[in-house]
Amino acid sequence: MTTEKDKSQQPEEKNVQSRRTVLKALAGIPVLGLFTYELMGKRSFDRQNETRLIKELGLENLQAHRKISSDAKGNLLRVGIIGFGTRATQLANGLGFMHPADMENNRKSGRLNNWLAQENLNVAITGICDVFDLHAEKGLATARNEIQAGGAKPSGLPVKRYRTYKEMLADDSIDAVIVATPDHHHARITTDAIKAGKHVYCEKSISHTEEELNEVYQAVKNSDRVFQLGHQITQNVVFQQAKEIINKDILGKITLIETTVNRNNAEGAWIRHLDSQGKPKPGDLSTIDWDQWLGNSPKVPFSVDRFYNWTKFFAYDTGMLGQLFTHEYDAVNQLLRIGIPKSAIASGGIYYWKDNREIPDLLHAVFEYPDRDLTLMFSATLSSSRQRGRVFMGHDASMELGESVIITADYDSTKYKQKIESGIIDTNSPMLTVSPGSGNIDAVSSATEKYFASRGLTSTVINGKEVDVTHLHIKEWINCIRNGGTPSDNIEKAFEEGITVLMAHKSYLEKRRVEWDPIQRKIV
Amino acid sequence: MEYKITYTKTQLTTLLALRLLIGWHLLYEGISKLLNPTWTSAGFLKESQWIMSGVAGWIVSNKGVLSMADFLNTWGLIAIGLGLILGFFTRTAAISGTLLLFIYYFNNAPIIGIEYSIPAEGSNLVVSKTLIEAVALFVLAVFPAGSIYGLDALMTRFKSKKK
Repeated sequence: MTTEKDKSQQPEEKNVQSRRTVLKALAGIPVLGLFTYELMGKRSFDRQNETRLIKELGLENLQAHRKISSDAKGNLLRVGIIGFGTRATQLANGLGFMHPADMENNRKSGRLNNWLAQENLNVAITGICDVFDLHAEKGLATARNEIQAGGAKPSGLPVKRYRTYKEMLADDSIDAVIVATPDHHHARITTDAIKAGKHVYCEKSISHTEEELNEVYQAVKNSDRVFQLGHQITQNVVFQQAKEIINKDILGKITLIETTVNRNNAEGAWIRHLDSQGKPKPGDLSTIDWDQWLGNSPKVPFSVDRFYNWTKFFAYDTGMLGQLFTHEYDAVNQLLRIGIPKSAIASGGIYYWKDNREIPDLLHAVFEYPDRDLTLMFSATLSSSRQRGRVFMGHDASMELGESVIITADYDSTKYKQKIESGIIDTNSPMLTVSPGSGNIDAVSSATEKYFASRGLTSTVINGKEVDVTHLHIKEWINCIRNGGTPSDNIEKAFEEGITVLMAHKSYLEKRRVEWDPIQRKIV
Repeated sequence: MEYKITYTKTQLTTLLALRLLIGWHLLYEGISKLLNPTWTSAGFLKESQWIMSGVAGWIVSNKGVLSMADFLNTWGLIAIGLGLILGFFTRTAAISGTLLLFIYYFNNAPIIGIEYSIPAEGSNLVVSKTLIEAVALFVLAVFPAGSIYGLDALMTRFKSKKK
């Protein structure tokens, strides 16, 4: 039996009990409170750390992404493409045109949407010139494809195949030409095109002889046409950021720049006449205009080897200098405006690919700039794929410039001495890393792709838009045609690059140190 | 006859501690992804080399799917973390967390012969910390880890009162 007193006590006990249950149920709340407190602490600590160094280095605006302006206004530009091989295919993609078969492949690999989102440049490819029927037909199919990037509507203009480049240049319905032939035609076609009143986008390298280089320089200088050399790599956003880092003198006095290229496969060694099954690629005298392909080079019988592997022979280009060093030089010249060196010396040989090639497969070249207390080095091999990077060495820090910019303070730096001593800067790890927010170069071969992926560099694909750098480079050229101005790879830079390459080439061939005579404007 | 299993206070407190710690970890994993605008699961998925590599490859190659996976991962982690800390839908949170952690494990399992370029923390042979955390979460799912020290307790009370 319960008493009155008991009755009155029971609900109170129940209340206490239920209060306890509620309190127990809320056990997570203080933990969440502590979590929030710690999170805030971590956030402000990170922010302070991050901004402190960047502020002290004066690089607050470095992360600002390059804006992709949209100014495809103006008249439709009618473009002709001279030489429709692999590179021209990529250039056509940059212009907004793709072959139906490539479209299907890109759809399968999931890359098509990215390309379709590329800006409409308001151009039409109205002319194709190639000495090889198969390539010309590929070009025509590409130009005639009604599905274009940026939702561009087909212009309705006919696409014509020209048998010779001169026929194309004589046609007034072409406003501008893209030159993507083998290198021995570049200078001559560019000179003729400029004289015929066309704007020119020419692939590197500009010229493999000094005479032709001077001709093309004079032709462009005496004309109001817009010339751009194809070094799309400078359109990468990280280059703009590297430029700012250099301008802010983060590296201190730069006295040595080391540029390198390592490759280790047949494709990279310019053996490209076999298909994936190991059979010779198509092409014979019935489908290739061999005399026109040879141009001004010595007459030799047709061979599939020469047609596809022309890089191996000095009659058509300067080998690793023209094909690889040009990109390295351009990167350095865009950043530091080094111009033509006082002297160059090159050495190397054919060490690994002992086929019928003339070009060395291992080459070193050293370029001296005594006025700037600077040496530029180029070292390349076709029989090792160890990556050595492109490094700018300053007294206070070094910069490795590739797909991203990596700045590492120097252990013996004067400028950062205090910060290194106080532990703010660790010289064992990068002081600053800038990864591309967009504009990273599309990796074509799977080995290259893996290499970039292994460094976490492909992950930037997601944030924002992925933009093809070739597209940006062509766009710059087209904007200058429409609105005036000078593209980043103008004739001055092309000339400096051409001379620098030819200096090293001459040095290699003549096995001696060569110099630039700035008064005679001649290599001596 | 019906058995009612009772737990000692120590047992319950230990379960609570485990729940709070795992909850804390997953919540911060989610929030740190949310706070990093450049974060994406692409780098992690690209590393996938074992039985999940096909699915992972498909996700990475498809922009829409990838951003969806990123979104679900980030908010999934946050929701699971909050659920575990607060003891709110504890069992659902624990089971979802177990599944998520198993997905991580199978994408990055330290199987003999598979090497990853992202370095692992510590030395692992078949068993990794992710696997241990997955199983620990499952333990929480099968024990009444939220029924006393969690909002779930209030829910049960509220429901039984209604009856």
